[in-house]
Order: sequence, then C-alpha cells, then structure tokens
Amino acid sequence: MNIIKYTLVILSLFALASCKKDTKTVEPTPEPAPTTGNLKINFANKVGTANLSYNTTYTIQSGDSISITKFKYYISNIVLTKSDNSTYTVPNSYDIIDPAVKTAINLTNVPIANYKSVQFIIGVDSARNKSGAQDGDLAPNKDMFWSWNTGYIFLKLEGTSPQSSASNKSVIYHIGGFSGLNKGIRTVTINFGSSTANVNSSGTPAINLNTDVLEIFKNPSPISISSLNFQMSVNASSKMIADNYADMITFGSITN
Amino acid sequence: MVRCKVDPKINPILPSDDLKEIIPPNWPQPKYTFSTNTITEDKFILGRALFYDPILSKDNTISCGSCHQQFVAFANADHALSHGINDLLGKRNAPGLFNLVWHSSFMHDGGINHIENQPIAPITNTVEMGDDINPILEKLNASSKYKNLFNKAFGSEVADTKKLQLAMVQFMGLMYSYNSKYDRFKRQENNTSFNDSETRGYSLFLQKCAVCHTEPLMSSFEFRNNGLPVDPFLKDKGRGELNTAEPGDDYLFKIPSLRNVALTGPYMHDGRFTTLEQCINHYTAAFTNTINLAPELPRQGMTLSAQDKADLVSFLNTLTDYRFISDKRFADPNFK
Repeated sequence: MNIIKYTLVILSLFALASCKKDTKTVEPTPEPAPTTGNLKINFANKVGTANLSYNTTYTIQSGDSISITKFKYYISNIVLTKSDNSTYTVPNSYDIIDPAVKTAINLTNVPIANYKSVQFIIGVDSARNKSGAQDGDLAPNKDMFWSWNTGYIFLKLEGTSPQSSASNKSVIYHIGGFSGLNKGIRTVTINFGSSTANVNSSGTPAINLNTDVLEIFKNPSPISISSLNFQMSVNASSKMIADNYADMITFGSITN
Repeated sequence: MVRCKVDPKINPILPSDDLKEIIPPNWPQPKYTFSTNTITEDKFILGRALFYDPILSKDNTISCGSCHQQFVAFANADHALSHGINDLLGKRNAPGLFNLVWHSSFMHDGGINHIENQPIAPITNTVEMGDDINPILEKLNASSKYKNLFNKAFGSEVADTKKLQLAMVQFMGLMYSYNSKYDRFKRQENNTSFNDSETRGYSLFLQKCAVCHTEPLMSSFEFRNNGLPVDPFLKDKGRGELNTAEPGDDYLFKIPSLRNVALTGPYMHDGRFTTLEQCINHYTAAFTNTINLAPELPRQGMTLSAQDKADLVSFLNTLTDYRFISDKRFADPNFK
C-alpha cells in the first residue's frame, strides 16, 4: 500500500513539475483587442454662413437685426446608428453647447464600428426634468434651469435689437417645457450621406455639425423681433420657436 | 453665558437609528423614499447646518430658518409675507414644513416638481435669499467648517449643487409630524379622547373640510381656488403665474395641510388672516372670486353656526404636534 501511495505522490509531483515547466513555454496571451474607441461631435455655431460672434449685428429673415450676447442649448440622448442599422445609445448623454464654453461633445467607450447617422434631442427628456437633483451639465447652476417652475431651459438666445420693444432693446428667448402640447423638446436626426464616422481603437473621428441661429427665426414660422422680443413661458410662441429650431442643426462633414 | 457658545462639533450628535424613514400607521406611501439618498447622520447634520446658515443668502443675513421657525412648525410667525434680504418682501406666506415627503409638488403654486429641487428656489429668489447658486458654492467651498461637513457626509469636501440638495432633503424630508392629540386619538394611544367640542368639531371637519383637507395628511395636495378675493396689490394668480400655466390654472393654490394649523398663521397664501376664526368665516361668506372656484365650495358659502365654528377651532387645535416642534434634532444647532 505504502509503495503505491509513495509512487502516486512522486508521480503527481512530477506531473505538477512538468505542468509548471509547460506554462513557462506558453506564449503570453495577447491583450484582448479593444472593442471601443472615441468619437467627437463638433457644433459650429453660425449665423447663416458666418461663424457666430457675440456683439456683432446680424440680419434675420424678417429684416430685423440682432446682436447676440448669449446662445446655448442642450443636446441630449445621443444615439448612433451603424452601417448595419444597429444602434449605440450613449449613456448619460446631456451636454450644454455654448460657444463661450463648450462646442464639442467627446464620447468615449463607443463600440468600434462605422456609423452612418446620429440622433439626439435638443432639450432634456421629461424623466430628467422630474427626478430631482442632477449633476454634470444638468446641475441647476448652469444657467439653464428654472428653479421656481421646475424644468430645464432647452435653448437660450439673448441679445439686443433696435426692433425690440423693450426699453433696453433686449431680446430674450428662454425656451423649455418638457411636457404638454407646447413642449420644447425636438428630435434631430443627422445622416452622414455617403460618409461614415469610423470609430476605431486609435484615432478620434469627428462628426462636424453646423448650428444656424437664423433658423430660429425662419421656418416653419417666420418670427420678427418687433413682434416677439421676450419669450420665457411655455406656450404657443415657445412651441413656434421650438418648431423653428428643430432644423437649426445640419450635417457638415465627417473627419476620420 | 458659557452655554451660549457654539459647539464646534455641532451637537447634539444624533444616534443614527433616530434618523429613519417613518410611515405612520394607516398613512399612504410617501412620494419620496430616500432610495437614491441614503439616510446618514452626517448628511442630516450637514443639511441642518445649511438650513440654519445665512451663508446661503447673498448678503449672509437670511437662512432657511429665518422664515421657517421650528416653534411654529417651520412656518413664519407673525409674517404675512416672506421677508428676505435687503428688507424685500415676497408675495406669498412661508408655509409650515413637515411631512414633506408626501408632497408631489412644492410652493403654493406647485411649480416645483421634486423635493430635491426645492432648496434651489428660495436661495436664488431675488426677494428671498437673493443669490445665484455659484457664489454660494464658492462660499461653502472656502469654509473649513463646510469642507469638513461635506467630506463627512459625501466623502469629498467639494460642495456642489447635488450634494447640497441631497443633504438639505435629508434634514427637511425627515421632519415627520404625526404625534398630535388627533394622531394619538386615532391610534387610541393612552386612552386619548376628544372632549365634546372636539368631537363635534371633528365630525363637522369630516363633513365640511375633509374633502380637500384629506386625512391623514390633512390635505389632498391638489390645487383649488378657495374663493379669496384677489389682492389688488399682489394680483397673485397662483398656479396661473407659472410659465407653464393654462387658463384653468388661474387663482389655484395648493391645498395646505391643516396639521399644526393653530401654529402656522398668518393664514392663506398671502397671510391675510391671522386667526382660525377668520379662516372659517371666509368659508361661510359668499365667495367673491369665482373664476375656477373649487367645485367643492358652495358659491353662497357654507352654513355654520357660532357653536359649529367654535367646535371646528377646538378640533383644529388637536392637530398641533408639540413633540415635533420641540424635537431637538430639528433645532438650530447654533443655539442651545
């Protein structure tokens, strides 16, 4: 019995030793190939074809002029569509685009794929308007929150105009409203045409979009500043402005 | 004199098990459950420190506690309208604060849709505490006291809006008031009984008032025009003032809870009445503001005898929760 027992022990020791030796000779397993990469979405803020600059006089469709001092808006709930029509929903996607602060959304951990379109909302979804304390760009100290009548301001346009009926010639549009017929949330879908944004493990491709302030005054409902220089309520006028800004963001180009 | 000194440790330190969610027997489920704002002693202490600290106002003169005083169930004693920085007057009466987690909206017009958003409004109101929130965060971030309190509560000494909101909700959300004589009577605690006048008053209350001032919270928290003549100076349209208002919202105000009502005067959204008798008399006269008048109210007014009115007052006095207003956990930690 003892002999058998010792033999087994010796054999098993030998086996163990040889196992150890084997592992030394095995090639180290390669790092798993990355499955995600970066993607940037740039917003070029424009007035017609010119780049937006503050305190510069521009002419809107009605012929009224405006000098802009503030222009900012929420871009939320970004969804990217791949060439095979499957989609990637960006988590926790809430960004304020403000030419004075931030004009690009930098996405990380985007699944590697070729993307042919992007969808997002201008505004903040109803759920986040109703769920209490938020952080990041949804914090209430970003100048885009109505504290006395809970809700995010989706788009702010402020400036001056000789056509304004206000004594200080101000133009103030604060557009929001997350529910009801006059809500200000608008869904935007941008197709990249024949291009695709190719997310890979090394570079950072960019989706370059243009945001045209003039569209806010243009269609489907032409707005003149002489008739509307102040808008802070959620009503038929704010809905009209939201309908107008629904198409203010258009495709520019893809940089791979 | 020595006892007046502020204790740097912000006593009384609370046993953590004193701070917990409470749903009194036969009460509905609260609207806010702390599920994403776990209750801790340190967050409560931070919230309490903020509530009582005028650092939250632009000129460091007004705290939340300035207009919400514990001895009157966190209403504002003797103030018809809120009195803010630079002697500015608001246009509405500061309501009592208790059982807030059962509310689905805040302010007399219900404009705030979540308890966590409530603290931001008075801090930034130009006639209340008067400041943009960012300078207040800067003040908090420059304070060694608050660096320490924020660190203890959230593991980071950096103050931001979310931490401020969550901590303040811990303090205000835990203000439970459920120990009035009425509550002890309903729970049949210690053989608590109503006297004859209170009994008659309760019966009248159930017939005449409880349709809006619904038990057990003593409000349905819905919005009604209770027929008050419109103040020609304030011209307050209540819910009709909201930027999302519809025509049917004009003159609607949130139905207040009648708990602690003997303490929370002056009454009504603009503090126009100082006694409970005046409030009851309002409901017995014909209503003058009938635009969107509450359908529950008879236009010609309610019929109540002098005895009925006295009995109603007797009942309303049973709604005072003395334990709540003397609960040291909610007292200003700077005064002992």
